[in-house]
Amino acid sequence: MEVIAMCRERTLELKLRGELDHHGACGLLTKLEREIESALPSELVMDFRGVTFMDSAGIAVALRGWQRMRELGGSVVLRGVSAQARKVLETAGVGRMMTIE
Amino acid sequence: MQRTENYMVMEFLSRSSNESFARTAVATFAAQLDPTLDEIGDIKTAVSEAVTNSIVHGYPNTLGKIVVKVRILEKNTLEISVRDWGCGIENIDKAREPMFTTGGEERSGMGFTIMESFTDRMRVKSSVGRGTTVVMQKRIAPRMR
Ligand SMILES: Nc1ncnc2c1ncn2[C@@H]1O[C@H](COP(=O)(O)OP(=O)(O)O)[C@@H](O)[C@H]1O
Ligand SMILES: [Mg+2]
Repeated sequence: MEVIAMCRERTLELKLRGELDHHGACGLLTKLEREIESALPSELVMDFRGVTFMDSAGIAVALRGWQRMRELGGSVVLRGVSAQARKVLETAGVGRMMTIE
Repeated sequence: MQRTENYMVMEFLSRSSNESFARTAVATFAAQLDPTLDEIGDIKTAVSEAVTNSIVHGYPNTLGKIVVKVRILEKNTLEISVRDWGCGIENIDKAREPMFTTGGEERSGMGFTIMESFTDRMRVKSSVGRGTTVVMQKRIAPRMR
């Protein structure tokens, strides 16, 4: 899957494109951590509009982002989440930890 | 024993690039039951979890055979079985618990929980050293036209 990172005024935005499964998520956690480390943002926005499918691999990605942002005292927003992906995230109660739009 | 109205079987190697292929193929076969978009999403997600488990956990350091069988039973019921001949599961009850994982940090331990809540019924058969079979059933409600 493809990731485009953009940082503006301490908001790090990661645009995700493709299928977020075990195959697609390969290398994504490392990339996520590297972007957070170099931007040290106060807000992380993960844009899911380009994600055409997501399974439990996406839960691990969202939780990792949340963990790192909590260490930095920041917050996480998941934007453009489809009904299918939202249902997956909700089985893990992800909506209680971050904003799902 | 429910009557089989239709079925399909596919076999593939445990390469992660087949995750997408497997869930799409099952969803395409299931299309004859006229599922809603939400039901298609549930089917794809559940299949993706089962197939990924065989690839990641069943055959951790090797490549092996995965067989997916889909049956259409009476009363619009879809039955999906995903089988591998990999390492097997030692404690199935433990493995089915939410958040339980023996995998690395990129696993969430939510696979079985998702399979269970996205279908109507899920059974797991496994024996160590011999492999694992997951069987899921989902009823596709007939729609008024
Ligand atoms: N096909 C399989 N072969 C061997 N072990 C499996 C298989 N499927 C599941 N498991 C075991 O069950 C655990 C839980 O699976 P799951 O709920 O999908 O979470 P995850 O895949 O994130 O670890 C796995 O960590 C693994 O130990
Ligand atoms: Mg799993």
